[in-house]
Order: sequence, then C-alpha cells, then structure tokens
Amino acid sequence: MKILGIDSSGLVASVAVTEDDNLLAEYTVNYKKTHSQTLLPMLDEIVKMTELQLDTIDAIAVAAGPGSFTGLRIGSATAKGLGLALKKPLIPVPTVDALAYNLWGTENVVCPLMDARRNQVYTGIYEFENGGLKVIEKQMAVGIDEIAQKLNDLGRKVVFLGDGVPVYKQFLKEAMDVPFDFAPAHMNRQRAGAVASLGHFYALAGNIQSAKEHQPDYLRLSQAERERAEKKK
Amino acid sequence: MSEKDVLILAIESSCDETAAAVVKNGREVLSNIISSQIELHKLYGGVVPEIASRKHIEKINQVIEEALIEAGVTLEDMDAIGVTYGPGLVGALLVGVAEAKAISYAAGKPLVGVHHIEGHISANFIENKELEPPFPCLIVSGGHTHLVLVEDYGKYKILGRTRDDAAGEAFDKVARAIGLGYPGGPKIDKLSKEGNPEAINFPKAHVADAPYDFSFSGLKSAVLNYLNGCKMRGEEICQADVAASFQKAVVDVLVEHAMMAVKEYGYDKLALAGGVASNSGLRSAMKEACEKNHIKLYYPSPILCTDNAAMIGAAAYYEYKNGTRSGLDLNAVPNLKLGER
Repeated sequence: MKILGIDSSGLVASVAVTEDDNLLAEYTVNYKKTHSQTLLPMLDEIVKMTELQLDTIDAIAVAAGPGSFTGLRIGSATAKGLGLALKKPLIPVPTVDALAYNLWGTENVVCPLMDARRNQVYTGIYEFENGGLKVIEKQMAVGIDEIAQKLNDLGRKVVFLGDGVPVYKQFLKEAMDVPFDFAPAHMNRQRAGAVASLGHFYALAGNIQSAKEHQPDYLRLSQAERERAEKKK
Repeated sequence: MSEKDVLILAIESSCDETAAAVVKNGREVLSNIISSQIELHKLYGGVVPEIASRKHIEKINQVIEEALIEAGVTLEDMDAIGVTYGPGLVGALLVGVAEAKAISYAAGKPLVGVHHIEGHISANFIENKELEPPFPCLIVSGGHTHLVLVEDYGKYKILGRTRDDAAGEAFDKVARAIGLGYPGGPKIDKLSKEGNPEAINFPKAHVADAPYDFSFSGLKSAVLNYLNGCKMRGEEICQADVAASFQKAVVDVLVEHAMMAVKEYGYDKLALAGGVASNSGLRSAMKEACEKNHIKLYYPSPILCTDNAAMIGAAAYYEYKNGTRSGLDLNAVPNLKLGER
C-alpha cells in the first residue's frame, strides 16, 4: 500500500511517501515559514524526485490533531483537496500517536509533549508491545504537572520528545521521580514518515475516512466557545 | 470565432460563507453553492474567526462536490481553479487556498488566485451580459467600502475607500446598540421602512482632501451618543427612527460620492456590489439619483451580492484570460490591496 503522509500540526512541515515497509521519500522542514507556502512545493519536490504518479497513492495519512489550529487546517485542507481530486481516502492519524511512533521499539514509556500554550501540553503515554504502538493514555490537553504525576505513578523510565520539551525541560528535571531521557534531534519532532507508517496500520485496522468527512480533532474548543460555555455555567 | 468554452471551479472562504461554484466563460453560472454559517455566529454577535475556519474545513469538500454535481461536470472538465486569497480572515482564507492548491495540483489544472473585491465587482457581469469596462463601481459590504473605476478587466483605479469602519460594519454596530442583533444590515433595512429618516439628523462625514473617501466611525459614535443622551434624559427611543435616520446618513454619502465619480469621470453607467448592495434603501436612493442623471445602474441579485463563489469564478475567468497563474506557494493575504498581486 502506497501512502502519502502529511504533518503540519506544529512548527515542522513534513511530507512523506511510504510503500509498505519502505520509505520512498520524506521532506521535513523545521523552520519558521508558513506551511501554506511550503507544504505543496515540498510534495511537488518529492513527486519530481521520485517520479511519483500521484494517482498511484492508495491513501493520504494526515496528522489530524491536536496542534496549531491553523497548521492543522492547512494540512487537512491539503489532504482533503488531494483526496477529492485523486478520489482517495484519508487516514486521520492522531498527532501525538505519530510523534510517539518515532521512537518505535523502545522498552521505555514514551511521552510526547507538544506546547499547547495556556500552561498546557498536548500529550499522551505510549509503549511498544509485539512490534506495535500501544496507547497507555490517549492524547489529551493537560497541565504539565498532571502528566508528570501520571508518569511518576507508572513508575517506569520515560522518554520525552516534542516541541514542549524545550519549554518544560527544567520543570521535568525537578518534577520527575522516575528516570527519564529526551529523544535526539532526528526523532524528536513531527515526521510525516511516522504519520504514513503508523497510518498504514490504522488503515489496515479500518481506520479510514472520506476526504469529505475528514476534519481535524483539535482537542480544544475555540476561545469564543469556551468563554460562552463558562458564562452559561 | 468559436473559441472553446472555459470552465472554472471557484472556491470562496474569506469570511463566514463556505462557497464553491462552476462558471462558464466568466458570465454563465452552472452552479453556485453556499454554506452559510450565519446562525452559528449569531450566538456571538458577530463572526468568530476560529469558528469560521473550523466550519470551512468541515464543509468545504461537500460544497465543492455539490457544485460539480449540480453543474453536471467533473473536475477533469475544468480549465482552471479560482480561489479567493485575500482580503479576509486569514485562517478562513487559508482553508480555501490550501484546498484549491491541492485540487489544482492533483488534477493538473491551473490555479488563479482572486481578490475578493474583484469578485464582488465581477458579480455584475453574471446577470448583465452587456456590461463591460470601463465603469465606476461602489463596493459596500461588512468588510469593505470602496469606490473604484473598473478601467478594464482586472484593472482598477481606487477613487476612495473607508478610513475606518466599513459601511456594513457600521450597520452591525448600530444594530447591536439598538438591540437588533447580528447581522445588522438586513435588520436595520427592514426596520427603517417603519421609521422616519428625517427624525434625527446624524452627521454625514467627509474626509478632508479626499472627496471620495468614506468615514463611518463618527456616524456610529453619533448614534451611540444619541442613544446615551436619550437614556440619560429618560426619553424613549424609537428604534425605527434611529434605524431609518442612520441608514439615510450612510446611504446619502454613498450616493453622493458615486454621483460625483460618475460626473467627474464622465460615465453613463454605475455598478453596485457587495452585501450592502442588497440594502433596499441604498438601491432605491441610488436608482433615483441615477434616473435623475440619466445613468444606467447595475447591481447583482441578493444571492450574488453576498459572499459567493460564482463571483470569484467570474473574476477568475478574466484573470485566467489575462494569463494570471498562481503557484503552489500561493498564500492567504488578509489585507490584500485591490489591483495588487
């Protein structure tokens, strides 16, 4: 199965194409340039470089949230547009799951941290079992102290990764009772290769949707909705 | 002489309508699908950008698919994809732009980025086959108030614009102040019919050294001051009179500036565009002034005045004919100026 992977959920813009257990190409840029301007030119580069016929792609895997609201929508709209024109299904991959998948095979607990502002992180707790990703705690938006507590309660060694690491490194050094480590540069940010490769398993498990029905899972209401809900209380 | 027909799939998502249309040769609308979010934004008394963007991504494929089906065409039949890339709400614009780029890329169709106001102006071409540039056009909506000379297709000279609030914005704010709710334009227009436009003399602002420019924030403040004054003196407020007097103050200035432009530049025609072009007070006052001055007045049907994609398809057609092509790096430009690229 040939899968196009897209992740524009954070500062990183990343596009990849996998065919079964083979990564054909991946283009990842971690630079402060708007994804709206980079994402499609990056895909075009891959297409040219690998002489890819777009219509040979079986499905489009997209980092489906959480993340930057606008970033998610650029990725989703790109995936939806490609899906509409190519008549291919989408595979929505939870952003935090795909981040964790970067650390495939570790015996430790994996905890991705995405800076969600407002003193929160988008995070989750994962481990690898029988060659697959196992979700211990589903992706969520919580305070850093809350996730630190959960990890301490688990009592196992943790590997942290994600753009929340630089923000909360000092806090973690003080808060963690269990041993922990930080993932290195080549695997500590969003990568479309991981989105496509994990997306493959999700697709096999039947986790696909039409381009029409897909929308990001923000894990958060908009500010206006939140304020309105609070007022109603 | 029989050139091949040009079919354009157009997408618009600059504010609170998710829209797609198929337009033939710039003037024939084969489909015009609009998914309005207005009921949702009413809860908040105005458009909430993040909610608008979320709704766009939810609806956009459905709207595009409906546009193609209703037109009885497929994506392969299209000659180009047109999309609004500014001005507007950046998050909202980005949904349409990213979607259009992906479709254009995957389907191998040229992409044409369109200015939202150029779309509003071009709405006039759809129902008035004989209308051709040059002509002056007054564009009034919730986000824009421009008086423009359409010198040629895609070529504009801006004579005047608002220095502060857009006309439609002033309608919304005044409607809120007198308790009518959102959206204010249609509500004030309706209530005005029951009121006396001469009841209250609101100021008609003119901008020094820029005879064609508009300013509506002073008028809005004058209405608010009037309402406060009444409240302090314990006087009852006649909503209909306030609405009618306010609307007259806006309409008078719009008509006056439009007539001034027509005369100074020597045209015998004038076009209206934008959401406020549906305002019955503006239409009738402009009609009257045009008849008096022997000027032919054009304006689109209400469905083409509101934000829609058919107008974007019309504008995209002329840009396409002019050779305009946008790249894969096309970005949303929230404050895009008319006539700039």
